[in-house]
Amino acid sequence: MPKACFTSPWKKVKMFNPQLTDDGKLKHLLTIDGLPRDIITQILDTAESFVGVAEREVKKVPLLRGKTVCNIFFENSTRTRTTFEIAAKRLSADVINLNVSTSSQSKGETILDTIDNLTAMHADMFVVRHAQSGAAHFIARHVKPHIHVINAGDGRHAHPTQALLDVFTIRRYKPDMHNLRVALVGDILHSRVARSEIHALTTLGVPEIRVIAPKTLLPEHVEKIGVHVYHDMNAGLRDVDVVMMLRLQNERMSGALLPSAQEYFKTFGLTQEKLALAKPDAIVTHPGPMNRGIEIDSAVADGRQSVILPQVTYGIAVRMAVMSILAGNS
Amino acid sequence: MTKTDMALPDAELLLQRLADQLRPAIHKDTALVGIHSGGVWIMERLLTMLGSNLPQGRLDVSFYRDDFGQRGLHQDTRPSQIPFEVEDRHIILIDDVFYTGRTIRAAMNELFDYGRPASISLAVLVNRGGRELPIAPQFCAHDMNLPAGLNLQLMRDAQGLFHLTLEESQDV
Repeated sequence: MPKACFTSPWKKVKMFNPQLTDDGKLKHLLTIDGLPRDIITQILDTAESFVGVAEREVKKVPLLRGKTVCNIFFENSTRTRTTFEIAAKRLSADVINLNVSTSSQSKGETILDTIDNLTAMHADMFVVRHAQSGAAHFIARHVKPHIHVINAGDGRHAHPTQALLDVFTIRRYKPDMHNLRVALVGDILHSRVARSEIHALTTLGVPEIRVIAPKTLLPEHVEKIGVHVYHDMNAGLRDVDVVMMLRLQNERMSGALLPSAQEYFKTFGLTQEKLALAKPDAIVTHPGPMNRGIEIDSAVADGRQSVILPQVTYGIAVRMAVMSILAGNS
Repeated sequence: MTKTDMALPDAELLLQRLADQLRPAIHKDTALVGIHSGGVWIMERLLTMLGSNLPQGRLDVSFYRDDFGQRGLHQDTRPSQIPFEVEDRHIILIDDVFYTGRTIRAAMNELFDYGRPASISLAVLVNRGGRELPIAPQFCAHDMNLPAGLNLQLMRDAQGLFHLTLEESQDV
């Protein structure tokens, strides 16, 4: 088990951080929580260099030539899997995609047996998506020292590459992160994206983060992580620079958290009218897939303030950055 | 690293000499491409000496280095910028110090991912000796023969003037 530690600036204690090597380099990317600011900045700066690669005649660089990246998706996600696949291929890696939900697990194989089998096939990097929080950590503790693990979303816990691509997009449009007012709108309760976004924005020094949601879609005591809570869109969106929409996660909801989708749209759906309360040059992000007419109106999603498609493009550059930094820290 | 007190040539004079060598080689299809960071500094100075309307590019070869497996990704990568059509262009690659030739190999590999140039030539301030590949500069203002344990570096002061430093490398 890795023994990487870092000293928290707040408390003089050494905290165990399984994503770092003994000398503080990124070994796995499991969560944004506890990730030092200089590593986040290194990822974002490296991603800047990869943005240009996609605009060239040959959209590939040879960094991961000869390496094998395994996308293991225990939970479906076409977009995330595709962008990881494109990122790995643009780094010249060989890519294997496994949809485990439809494969060995249904025949009774355990996660670790799946990992061991892929390791025996000389995989170098695992990109893991799982419905259970902590799955990527569990795998990272198990794998051999030369293997890197990237969390592509685990339960309600974390989705670090999504948060990184979101802050990368924000930084491109609003370079001065120290002067931003950012609002996250929607299903915070079920959202690993929201958790990771809040950690990333906080680490990068964004002074004001708001969450706007009905009480039923907010975790208890959410204000303790330093965000301002609003239950009213009109108040929460006032004068913000960035509106980060979240997807209503129907598949993770149990019980009656919402009256109806129409009712939700009326109160918490982002329309041009509500967006007009934000600053005139405010940008709108969404991690996708969008529920048009539920959390976001089409006029906003396709409007001039939307940066939703640039997010997808930048997502590839950010994932290339993460993979190449990890592969270099062997 | 510790400094050594070997006499070094004046980098500003070398720059003049390099510009004089390059002047007859500039044609209408020539483009200058500097390699980060010393090569870019030299390219910027050369542009003012040779004609600033030449197409110019900047390469950071971090993604093409052959020592990625040993050293990992460079901490401070910068975007490469080739804002002109590479196809059929006569490209002059510019670097400060020519040593093993591995950086130039990486730069050529990267350039070919932008297109097929008509030709590539190499201009450097100093060839310090020690090449490990069949690559050599066509334009070179100064030749030296330094042992492997020394690291020759181009520095730029606050006024933008160049000088060379020689230090003992701890890498070797």
